[in-house]
Amino acid sequence: MYTETQIISTTTGNSVSDALDGTGELMINVGPQHPATHGVLHLVITLNGETIKKIEPHLGYIHRSIEKMCESLSYRQFIYVTSRMDYLSSHINNHACALTVEKGLQLEVPPRAQVIRVLMDELTRIASHELWWGAMAMDLGAFTPFFYAFRERETINDIMEETCGARLTMNYIGPGGVMYDIHPNFQKRVKSFIQLFKSKINEYDELVTGNIIFQNRMKNVGVLSKEDAISFGCTGPVARGSGVNCDIRKLFPYEIYDKLQFEEITETAGDSFSRYMVRIREMHQSISILEQLIDNIPEGDFQAKTKAVLKLPKGEFYTRVETARGELGVYIVSEGGTTPYRIKFRSPGFSNLSALDHMARGSKLGDLVAMMGTLDLVIPDIDR
Amino acid sequence: MTPEIFKEYIAQVLPTATFDESGEWLNVLIAPADWKPFAQTLRQSEHNFNYLFCLTCIDWKTHLTMVYHLSSTGHRQTIVVKANLDPANPEIDTVSDIWRTAEFHEREVYDLFGVKFRGHPDLRRLILTDDFVGYPLRKDFEDPVNMIKL
Repeated sequence: MYTETQIISTTTGNSVSDALDGTGELMINVGPQHPATHGVLHLVITLNGETIKKIEPHLGYIHRSIEKMCESLSYRQFIYVTSRMDYLSSHINNHACALTVEKGLQLEVPPRAQVIRVLMDELTRIASHELWWGAMAMDLGAFTPFFYAFRERETINDIMEETCGARLTMNYIGPGGVMYDIHPNFQKRVKSFIQLFKSKINEYDELVTGNIIFQNRMKNVGVLSKEDAISFGCTGPVARGSGVNCDIRKLFPYEIYDKLQFEEITETAGDSFSRYMVRIREMHQSISILEQLIDNIPEGDFQAKTKAVLKLPKGEFYTRVETARGELGVYIVSEGGTTPYRIKFRSPGFSNLSALDHMARGSKLGDLVAMMGTLDLVIPDIDR
Repeated sequence: MTPEIFKEYIAQVLPTATFDESGEWLNVLIAPADWKPFAQTLRQSEHNFNYLFCLTCIDWKTHLTMVYHLSSTGHRQTIVVKANLDPANPEIDTVSDIWRTAEFHEREVYDLFGVKFRGHPDLRRLILTDDFVGYPLRKDFEDPVNMIKL
């Protein structure tokens, strides 16, 4: 039951008791939490009893206008800002920007750099899915999975720290290759991580996936049909849970993804449990990619020879990559100078969030956390 | 389907459209008034452009350009549609009833560029506060208080 203090206004002028027994409507605010937390999302929810009538997301609490800032940053500098968008996929954000600049410069990246980039991307994807798994289980009321997930994620963070010098906002992939070569311990540590992860991933299934309480809370909750997923522009595990083939790594392969053996994971039910299963199965695929590459890093340069100041020719360049959340598009409009004239980040979270209202209508308020959990929202990615 | 055949098809549907093939994808420049019927044709024809993956605006100082990146999940053809708007009174029809994702993206463009989308169900500022003055992604935007010049 909701206390009086949480109720902001009744839309129809009915009394609170009318709304609670299902004869009127009331609006409640969910969030924002404290502004110092890493992401604040404010949902205004119209309720009839416990049934959701409408959800209106209010964005912008962490809006930094990254697109405007990028207009005055050079093609090397703007990499650093983009790590702060989807901070759980910062390697992949950097990668998308680097690919766009390389497309403009028609720059060939050395094979060693390509393999390192893909290794970093997949490590990031596992780390991101781990955090999602822990946080989602916590949303649904279980605390233990969070510690399990962070135990393994910490290993990845240590690998990142050693090679990139940072644990979250790496700024490691830049135009032409990567910023510096991998640490001598890198291969050894990634191999030991693969061993560790393979021995632990089954615990995840035992603890959460097979648990009947979790299954009941996720199955048939927040169903998104295939057509709606496409229409709302959903990508990544959210769309693949609805049966849309949208993995950019398969459709428009970049770097060496076309030479790798991995499956595109799709589920058909479109509910929260499908989205959950897509991410769990994707972690297995990422491990497989790591195994294929870790002993096959080619020798050679880790960076192409580039000028100190990059100038893109006049024109428009669009690149898309698959982040842990879906399709990230980077659209650069260049006038031939050292800074972009206009840059647009088509972030996956923004489109995924827009489907929330549609999928939640008619559900119970208590199911909302399951839907939001499996949408895997990262607010700085939405607000930018 | 080759790009040439597709180009012919568009020239047939919309004779006033002009093309630009210098970039990666086929660019189609149309008049703003033609956008709604053209969008419906693209969505409903056998080409079935069902996926609007990017919607944004560019301020060219003399005019604003709306840019729509469309693709189809069936045949993977991509097309970029552009329409030039008058910066003094930028207006174009909404496509949020054709592609639901446009609802949020158009609100973002309205918020940051001031483009009005005719027929949009809920055209309010999305990111900035309701009482914010000006459109920050316009090139002539000056904010003496919060702007840090680099």
